[in-house]
Amino acid sequence: MSDPMAEIRASFFIECEELLESLQDGLQMMDDGESDSETINIVFRAVHSIKGGAGAFGLNDLVHFAHRFETAMDEVRTGRFVPDGEAIKIFFACADVLGDLVRASRDETPILDEMTAPVLDSLERLVGMEEEVEEEVEFVPAGIALDLGGLGDLGGGMGDLPPLDLPALDMPSPDLLSADGLPEGSETPDVAGDNDAQAALGKGFKIHFLPEPALFISGNEPLYLFRALRDLGDLTVRCDTSRLPAAEALAAETGYLSWSLVLLTEEPETAVRDVFEFVDGLCVLTIEPITNAALDGSMALPDLDVPSAQIPLAPGDSAETAPVETIAAEAPPSSPAQAAPAALPDRLAPGAAAAPIPAPIPAPAAAPVAPPAPIESAAESTEPSDAPSREAKNAPTQPRATVRVDLERVDRLVNLVGELVINQAMLSQSVTEAGLPANSAVSTGLEEFLQLTRDIQESVMMIRAQPIKSLFQRMGRIVREASAAVNKDVRLHTDGENTEVDKTVIERLADPLTHMIRNAVDHGLETTEKRVASGKPRNGHVTLTAQHRSGRIVIDVSDDGGGINRPRVLEKAIEKGLVSPEAQLSDGEIDNLLFLPGFSTAAEVSALSGRGVGMDVVKSSIQSLGGRIAITSVEGKGTTFSISLPLTLAVLDGMVVRVAGETLVVPLNAILETLTLTDDDIKQLGPETHVVQLRGGFVPLLDLGAELGYRTPEQSYVGGIVLLIGQEDGHRAALVVDAIEDQRQVVIKGLEGSYGRVPGIAAATILGDGQIALILDPMDLISQASGRTKDRSLSLSHAG
Amino acid sequence: MSLEVLAVDDSRTMRDMLNLALSSAGFTAHLADDGLHGLEVLEDIEPDVIITDINMPRLDGFGFIDAVRREEKWARIPILVLTTESADELKAKARAAGATGWIVKPFDPAKLVKALQMVAG
Amino acid sequence: MNDITKQPDSAIELLSFRVGGQDYSVDIMSVREIRGSAKATSLPHAPAFVRGVINLRGTVLPIIDLAARLGLETGQDTERNVIIVVDLGGRTAGLMVDAVSDILAIPTDEMQPPPDLAADDARTFVSALTIVDGRMIRVLDLNAVMPPQGEEAA
Repeated sequence: MSDPMAEIRASFFIECEELLESLQDGLQMMDDGESDSETINIVFRAVHSIKGGAGAFGLNDLVHFAHRFETAMDEVRTGRFVPDGEAIKIFFACADVLGDLVRASRDETPILDEMTAPVLDSLERLVGMEEEVEEEVEFVPAGIALDLGGLGDLGGGMGDLPPLDLPALDMPSPDLLSADGLPEGSETPDVAGDNDAQAALGKGFKIHFLPEPALFISGNEPLYLFRALRDLGDLTVRCDTSRLPAAEALAAETGYLSWSLVLLTEEPETAVRDVFEFVDGLCVLTIEPITNAALDGSMALPDLDVPSAQIPLAPGDSAETAPVETIAAEAPPSSPAQAAPAALPDRLAPGAAAAPIPAPIPAPAAAPVAPPAPIESAAESTEPSDAPSREAKNAPTQPRATVRVDLERVDRLVNLVGELVINQAMLSQSVTEAGLPANSAVSTGLEEFLQLTRDIQESVMMIRAQPIKSLFQRMGRIVREASAAVNKDVRLHTDGENTEVDKTVIERLADPLTHMIRNAVDHGLETTEKRVASGKPRNGHVTLTAQHRSGRIVIDVSDDGGGINRPRVLEKAIEKGLVSPEAQLSDGEIDNLLFLPGFSTAAEVSALSGRGVGMDVVKSSIQSLGGRIAITSVEGKGTTFSISLPLTLAVLDGMVVRVAGETLVVPLNAILETLTLTDDDIKQLGPETHVVQLRGGFVPLLDLGAELGYRTPEQSYVGGIVLLIGQEDGHRAALVVDAIEDQRQVVIKGLEGSYGRVPGIAAATILGDGQIALILDPMDLISQASGRTKDRSLSLSHAG
Repeated sequence: MSLEVLAVDDSRTMRDMLNLALSSAGFTAHLADDGLHGLEVLEDIEPDVIITDINMPRLDGFGFIDAVRREEKWARIPILVLTTESADELKAKARAAGATGWIVKPFDPAKLVKALQMVAG
Repeated sequence: MNDITKQPDSAIELLSFRVGGQDYSVDIMSVREIRGSAKATSLPHAPAFVRGVINLRGTVLPIIDLAARLGLETGQDTERNVIIVVDLGGRTAGLMVDAVSDILAIPTDEMQPPPDLAADDARTFVSALTIVDGRMIRVLDLNAVMPPQGEEAA
């Protein structure tokens, strides 16, 4: 098995994505005014959990940012800050940056200050946070106590902690207060001082420990503390029974024993303090370094001069308990100068020291310390809690039972099923070649096999499917950023976010969809003034929907803008020589001009949707996914881009053709029709260019064999078989092939991994005979060809 | 000594890490997603010690500790609070709710084990 | 995986073969398998030395005509052609050669860098030279031989 931490790390980033998603959801609900306290809690927790995990992996930049964000959300959670729309925008921006940082951390790309600085500034202006002391996230070997001391002013986050209230208790020794009287920051030097002293002395500590009742209530157990001390060195424990009251006065929940311990150790005092960390405030504790003077017994410590019984520490489960060296029975005192400079504060139980001390009774000498279990009092002493009522009224979405599987395993399964499909095709071919009748047992058996294989394949593909929600959420960010850039008020609505789509499709849809959303915001929607003038609501709306429709996934990107300005589009297209001025185009054909390469140019696009990408690129990315894209636009009402995609990328419905002795597969979704050419159909345009006349329009003729370099162009195409390929946009071509062999589903095998991209070729597949056949990328082929045949034929092609 | 530990945290990553740290130390780890789930698990097992997160959906750490402490059969189980927030305020609150101790995230597995031994042997 | 006996650090194991009448070799650690020739599906617009792709148990394997790649005289395609399947940093390709000769263990100190004189194209494909039984064996630089990734030969 691989490194478990690496696995957890990988799983952390997956969890982060889920948390980011619920963060987005929560913010969206807040933005929609539908949030309640649980929503805010969800948002807070999402940030908090990311921070927590990030800390575990030492992702400090992520921790720091998450911490600032969390602190702000804490303000919201506690009701100290009530966010308005503007504030929520900033929170969204923070969530976006948080996502960026998560991904940068995951991919181990550098996190730059400019990624976080702007939003942190906004955040600071919003909730008036001050730059905090950087939180220490690495493990501090020096011990938890030290850790906590340093962190004391961070958890609250919003400023200084209230000053330590140290009532002037009658503590056993005034020296004990010395550390607490100092500002927190000075604790570290003190500890260091102790260490120095300890190093010089190299002896150990004298510890006096008087548990308060609350110590037992908290579930702490002195015995375990002593065991932990014993792990540090040689320990002598003496029980002081002087405080035991008369039997009749014994209260079950009160501890009466105090303890004197001598620990001989090389460990620093911090190590000793760590042991008592959890009982800090639940006991009276003094820890003093043992000095030579102390061993001389020249000074007395309070409470230690009383009669005491020596209790050997129960050996417990450890066989290595060495015979404990007993220090002089007289309690070794310490010099005031060296007495516990960093003693624990006692502010959590201020009443303890002042409690009346009952008269002593004889104690059971070697009794193991069995703390009373004051159940009732524990309950009483607990603050009344509204815990049970905290159960969210609308239980947050309980995740469905899931299994996390390495994607590689799924892909292996997908591949194997692909092999199965291919093998089965081979088998079918053999059966056919063997001349078995169609109603033979073998043939019918094979038919059932075929059905089963398809079912398996479909099920396997479903494993790779995931809700499109994550993609839609990313678009939320695009809308926010894009609308801010062009100063429009835009709201994104999403529908069908749970529609499941192949993981790879989702990944590869991100870029085209981003561009379409930017386009919708930038070009689709009118300016606010224009909207108001035409009686529309100020807010523009962009709607993103996904749904399954007849075995495909349909994604619509709509805006409620002014619709496509067709006269202007046509004018521009003529201007650019994309269509002839005489052409009579239908509305649909004009709309589709938007997809022409070269239609959107730098002169026309704004800074926002420019970026050198036109709708033609969007279209070709959709097509490379086996998809189609269509436009509908209603003047004054808006425009909808509709993308239709196959459910999976792993298989494809194709037409198997032969050309120049090679077998090729043409995606069925690209083929509009097939026809056989007659003399009348073909017109020669240039020396090497032909067009096919088709219902009054002209379509460029492409000799597939020549296009792919398999042969020189034929002299005559009369009688040739032609596949009319293209999309609804009129971007068409007639492909000449030698023969059409079959129409079938093929399993797609990528070429790019093993060889690289081949112009005009999308991928490969393995046919029934075991041979590899290339799958054509018709759109790429057309654009390659159009580069050669110039724009003449293409512009004509739109004249149909 | 091998302890039986119930670890309650809504973060899967944190549960994974706790599980790893605990099982590497030879402890038996039982995991729960949130306070309510923790209470359900408690019905079936009797851990030597409980570790719980504070910020959790449905029933948070304080509510969970409170519920555990109110139940006689569980009242003595030591409970360590797992928190990124190390403010004294929070510790006081945890203690008031009935926690035995606390562990600051990110935790050092060795320290976690030590802390567990400190409260549960 | 095949259990390769650990050679002393000072030796390298080479698979030697003949191509275009010359002796070449590759580091055996790069060799995945050796198989017979099969009809390759041509790739459009591919350089002449790329024979095409074949089906290697369900994966698409590009085939490099090594003689053509090295600028050597290309013999006729025969049934006897052999394909050495090599893996380089996760990319797999088949090298079409005339025949596989031997597996040689060559002490590293008997390996020499190719002389720095030839304007010969083949030189860029040779990473080292050695002499075995009086024959010069060239060690192929697989990185140079592999088709450039993402190549779009027009």
